[in-house]
Amino acid sequence: MEIVFAVTLGVMMTSGVYLLLRARIFPVVMGLTLISYAVNLFIFAMGRLSTGVPAIIGASAEYGDPLPQALVLTAIVIGFAMTAFVVVLALRGLGELRTDHVDGREPRK
Amino acid sequence: MNHALIMPILLPLLVGCSLLLLHRQSASLKRLLSVAATWLLVPLALGLLWQADAGQLSVYRLGGWQPPFGIMLLLDRLSALMLLVTAILAGFSVLYAVRGDDERGPNFHALFQFQLAGINGAFLTGDLFNLFVFFEILLISSYALLLHGQGAKRVQSGIHYVVLNLLGSSLFLIGVSMLYGLTGTLNMADLAGRVGAADPADAPLLAAAGYLLLVVFALKGAILPLYFWLPRAYAAATAPVAALFAIMTKLGLYAIVRVFTLIFGSEAGVLSNMVLDWLWPLSMLTLVGGVLGALAARNLQILLSYLVVVSVGTLLAGIALGTEVGLSAALYYLVHSTLVSGGLFLLADLIARQRGDMAAELLSAPALKQPLLLGALFFAGAISIAGLPPFSGFIGKVMLLQAVAPGVDALLLWPVVLVGGLGMVIALSRAGSMVFWRPSEAVSVGRPADRVRVVATFGLLFGSVLLVAVAQPIQAYMQATAAQLFELQPYLQIIRGGEA
Repeated sequence: MEIVFAVTLGVMMTSGVYLLLRARIFPVVMGLTLISYAVNLFIFAMGRLSTGVPAIIGASAEYGDPLPQALVLTAIVIGFAMTAFVVVLALRGLGELRTDHVDGREPRK
Repeated sequence: MNHALIMPILLPLLVGCSLLLLHRQSASLKRLLSVAATWLLVPLALGLLWQADAGQLSVYRLGGWQPPFGIMLLLDRLSALMLLVTAILAGFSVLYAVRGDDERGPNFHALFQFQLAGINGAFLTGDLFNLFVFFEILLISSYALLLHGQGAKRVQSGIHYVVLNLLGSSLFLIGVSMLYGLTGTLNMADLAGRVGAADPADAPLLAAAGYLLLVVFALKGAILPLYFWLPRAYAAATAPVAALFAIMTKLGLYAIVRVFTLIFGSEAGVLSNMVLDWLWPLSMLTLVGGVLGALAARNLQILLSYLVVVSVGTLLAGIALGTEVGLSAALYYLVHSTLVSGGLFLLADLIARQRGDMAAELLSAPALKQPLLLGALFFAGAISIAGLPPFSGFIGKVMLLQAVAPGVDALLLWPVVLVGGLGMVIALSRAGSMVFWRPSEAVSVGRPADRVRVVATFGLLFGSVLLVAVAQPIQAYMQATAAQLFELQPYLQIIRGGEA
């Protein structure tokens, strides 16, 4: 399970960075979203990966760590708000700058 | 438990929320509320400073949980000092804003208060994840404040600023969660103990987490490879916002000091002081980059933004020395550079308003209406930020130059700081002579500066004089602060035996 998890995270992060470097606002937003998904999964994994262990003491022989889950929730909420903000900003940029390049002008050919 | 400790966060948060509810009320009511709440932070911060100066660490346990469980706020001399500087800077900035800048877009004052809540929270928190949360609070308000007042230029620099900081937040989360995964705690004092006691096999991973945090803080603090967002963002912001942003780079530096003296400090075993070797060359390069940028600037606000970069480099050099004397010199310089660069941003706006269409561009423009007043303020601010006597920049630099022991370090620091100072003087005198001595023939169009705006600008610049007049007690406080930061036992004691 760990290997699959790690490879998934790696692929998501790589794709995210690639999209971020495209320097067009829509790929950039998608890239940031992918990166934040990868980061959220990473935080979750820091509580160790295991199945069938509830985050309650005494319910089973072992118990999961509830804190990373709480951290992930916080990170998701913040990431979601930030993505919404970037989307609005991107729309305004498109309206005011007349281009979807993040530098506000088309690169010289 | 002393509830005053949480007030610097609660007060702006509450006032910010009320301002949102009062959205439809008259502008004067909102202004009154915002100015009163911001200035109330000054006595509050003074009280906390007095409390912290007793030498004890104060801990505020949210929900009454015994640390390291739950979240705690931690007040030491450093955080109290930063709170006071923030309160003073914000007080004058908001005073400047109420004369019209707040009406360029909706909800200026609410955003301003939320930003203050985030900044104060970041200075007070004793928990690494909470530091992230407060960073996000202040960042999202800063995005909105930066874009406040419309305009294509703001949107363009805003996109860079927002995207970079979002990426920074992702790295921050990776670093924080790695630390949690390895040590099982997020409380900074607890982390300090556990990183020191960690299995040597984990050391490379812990170091990786630490370096990730360094990258994030370097981005916030605008250190060399990561400062390119700053000049355009600061120059595009409205004056009171740019002035308040003067504390934001210092926040990155504060986080560096906090994390790398406490968590990766002298008690961290093999990882002790691991970043110091990196900080030293980074600080030198940042200084050089900032000075070159200032020399090339064609706009007064861009010039000032590069001076912020220079001050970051100078400060970082003090931190990188890793000694009490170096750190106390850096702290003195921090207070000076925050207040003076804030004041200069306000002044640049006053000047730009009287130059017609040229605004802050360093080209020939109609003569100013009040060349004497603005010129005198500019002269005082410029020699202060460039580090010439008799103002506080000079004392700060002398303290820093004295802090470095003779040797290779001194051989690097002295020329860089002194030649850098010369570069700043050249850049500023070129800008000053263009603005004040080489007006075009055109009829001047501006109106005399607003009184309140002048008072706000003067207030911040006067801080430089005050720092000289009472330099001795301030310096004593800085030395006590640096000593406290390097004495880790009281911090570790918080975890072992409740309130230290």
